[in-house]
Amino acid sequence: MDLTWTESEQRFREECREWLRANVPAEPLPSGDTSEGFAAHLEWENLLHSAGWAVVSWPAAYGGRDATLWEWLIFEEEYYAAGAPQRITQNGIFLLAPTIFEFGSRAQQDYYLPRMSAAQDLWCQGWSEPNAGSDLAGIKSRAVRDDERGGWVLSGQKTWTTRGAFSTHLFGLFRTDPEAERHRGLTYFLAPLTAEGMTVRGFGRLDGDEGFAEVFLDDVFVPDDDGTTETMAAGGILGEVGQGWGVAMSTTSSERGLTLRSPGRFRAAAARLLELAHDQIAAGVDLDPAVLDAVTDAWIDTEAYALYTLRDVTGVVEGTPAGARSSYNKVFWSELDVRLHEAALDLLGAEAELDGSWMHGYEFSLSGPIYAGTNEIQRNIIAERVLGLPRK
Amino acid sequence: MRFAPTEEQAEFRSAVKALLVDTCDIAAVRASWGGEVGRHTEVGQGNGRVERAWKGLADMGVLGLLVPEADGGMGMTQDAFVGIAVEAGYAGLPDPLIETAAVAPPVLASSSEPLASELLARIASGEVTVGVGFGESPLVPCASTADWFLILTGTAAHLLDASAVDITPLSSVDGARHLGRVNWSTAASTVLVSSDSDAAVLTAARNAAVTFSSATLVGLSHRMIDMTVEYVGERHQFGVPIGSFQAVKHELADAALGVEFAEPLAFNAAHLLSVGEDATVAASMAKSRASRASQVASDACLQLHGAIGYTVEHDLHLFMKRAWALSRQYGDFRSHRAVVRRALLGS
Ligand SMILES: Cc1cc2nc3c(=O)[nH]c(=O)nc-3n(C[C@H](O)[C@H](O)[C@H](O)COP(=O)(O)OP(=O)(O)OC[C@H]3O[C@@H](n4cnc5c(N)ncnc54)[C@H](O)[C@@H]3O)c2cc1C
Repeated sequence: MDLTWTESEQRFREECREWLRANVPAEPLPSGDTSEGFAAHLEWENLLHSAGWAVVSWPAAYGGRDATLWEWLIFEEEYYAAGAPQRITQNGIFLLAPTIFEFGSRAQQDYYLPRMSAAQDLWCQGWSEPNAGSDLAGIKSRAVRDDERGGWVLSGQKTWTTRGAFSTHLFGLFRTDPEAERHRGLTYFLAPLTAEGMTVRGFGRLDGDEGFAEVFLDDVFVPDDDGTTETMAAGGILGEVGQGWGVAMSTTSSERGLTLRSPGRFRAAAARLLELAHDQIAAGVDLDPAVLDAVTDAWIDTEAYALYTLRDVTGVVEGTPAGARSSYNKVFWSELDVRLHEAALDLLGAEAELDGSWMHGYEFSLSGPIYAGTNEIQRNIIAERVLGLPRK
Repeated sequence: MRFAPTEEQAEFRSAVKALLVDTCDIAAVRASWGGEVGRHTEVGQGNGRVERAWKGLADMGVLGLLVPEADGGMGMTQDAFVGIAVEAGYAGLPDPLIETAAVAPPVLASSSEPLASELLARIASGEVTVGVGFGESPLVPCASTADWFLILTGTAAHLLDASAVDITPLSSVDGARHLGRVNWSTAASTVLVSSDSDAAVLTAARNAAVTFSSATLVGLSHRMIDMTVEYVGERHQFGVPIGSFQAVKHELADAALGVEFAEPLAFNAAHLLSVGEDATVAASMAKSRASRASQVASDACLQLHGAIGYTVEHDLHLFMKRAWALSRQYGDFRSHRAVVRRALLGS
């Protein structure tokens, strides 16, 4: 065990902290899941990118600074501690990019990644459909081969697409072989939302933001990749035709595990929770001891998650990544987030209902056990793939 | 930054695991039950000790792991011991391992009493066990066989020969515990350290007991979960293995989840002990989570075994009852959370 940071990691932390101190907007931006807020967040992404902080762990050629995974964790910690804006690029940089690094051709990497880090292309995730949620393999949207034009024709409907209304591109799963058994016959497509035949309709979430969208595809043409920028601009395929399930599953462990939800986010929230508790105690608010216990529980669980992540990152660095165990992370961080916000609402008492940051955070936390594979599905995975219980 | 045991520590831990599989199987745990009082006399004739395992642990150097090299030990630090405490829990080893090998040695090593140095050598060689108690007249496991007692009051560490204490044997729900209430007096004790001179040693002793009992609980919980995974895979009802029912899957997944996130807290506390930092809050975080996780795991595992688990013939209870005891010894889930709460919120 060595729980110290090297000198160069400490310097890296200082550098992050200083830049963030000088640049994070003093007033929080309006939510990035509204059209007004989205524009403000886009400006912020441009600033991050120009200073080289958009994607620290990527190669410099793609807009990063070749940071190690440890440095990435440090960056995340500093980012959230500084109260910096939410990342509207997250579906691209955290969910799609790992797949492009793993399955994309060199030409695809060279084309898509720099545009993604510069927030020129803004990606949304088109997996769920009206009748394919937890049962993702039940996807009905199709891609039909068009040999004459040399490409694929996409049709169908995607839904719950986060920030679809503000994004420029979609990555998603489409059925290329209607005969094949469910998980087979799926292909991982990339497509611009500006293509002919795409219709995007944004709609409101529980928290009132227009963060969801439905995407209708009506014979959208995606040309075969001939290695040119023109065809890549019009979309493409990641991995092989018919291998979409396997390609997509590689992003799920990023989504469930540490890349989407680094401990820095929860540490910052736990620190704010403690601050709130101190304020309420100092103000003489009469608090039930059980509320203070709930605050303590949230703090302990945040520490447990942070330590668990250190172990995970050690595993990744040493070549033993978490695999199906990332389902433990997903259940733990999402339920921790809910309990943490509930504790804050209990501290606030009758004022909890006021439309403030804690209530807003609470509303968002409630989606954690649903998205990225519901927690019921994660518990199935833990039981079957980690513990080894019989499937049937 | 590296949150993992060294390669050497990992190899050592697997060797200890192999030793315990060999010398401390379930039959040995069962045979350690018994004693002079209570309802376990009919179960076994044991004295709470598995001598073969203890000898093996001495030969491998486990008992002297934290004993200074000058006193015949290996002079290692607590992060080398924490994985071994997990294995001891997994095996259900009833012997006073964490007390003798992890709590007592640093206290003895901090003392300049010639007796202390002599005792360290005998701990390392496996000749003696040390019963550890906190407070005025503590409950001490394996009391009837302990050769020495280390009693930690808030202000001092007292060492007493077994002949200098008065032990009232008490029947524990876990028949392997061989519990005794130890009555003693300062007149007969040697004061090794006192809070005036070395409060940090006393704090570290408390933290070691808390940390390593947490690690032991992690091992016990893993064992109960493994037994249950195996059972629900084999037992059929309605024509299918009961492990294929989702209610069963989710209950086990939740049990495993709690243990999964308790474990790094115990390793972190052991690490802080190793580097000589105050581990009070870290140890309490670990114990609060490990105690609760073990309770969740034992409840789930008993329930999922059905009636067969509700017998003394089945092995589950050997681990479950240890978990009930250990999850409250050295402080339960709530009392340790309260330690953290006071550190964070001052009240
Ligand atoms: C805030 C938010 C953002 C999202 N963003 C995106 C996005 O950007 N792109 C995208 O593609 N999708 C997105 N989703 C959709 C998300 O992936 C789905 O909601 C999720 O997969 C569940 O599908 P469903 O909503 O259809 O629920 P259903 O699958 O209908 O499930 C309903 C309930 O039944 C339970 N259930 C279903 N099957 C089982 C089973 N086998 N065992 C036990 N219980 C079961 C579920 O756990 C759940 O509790 C988002 C969702 C939310 C809430």
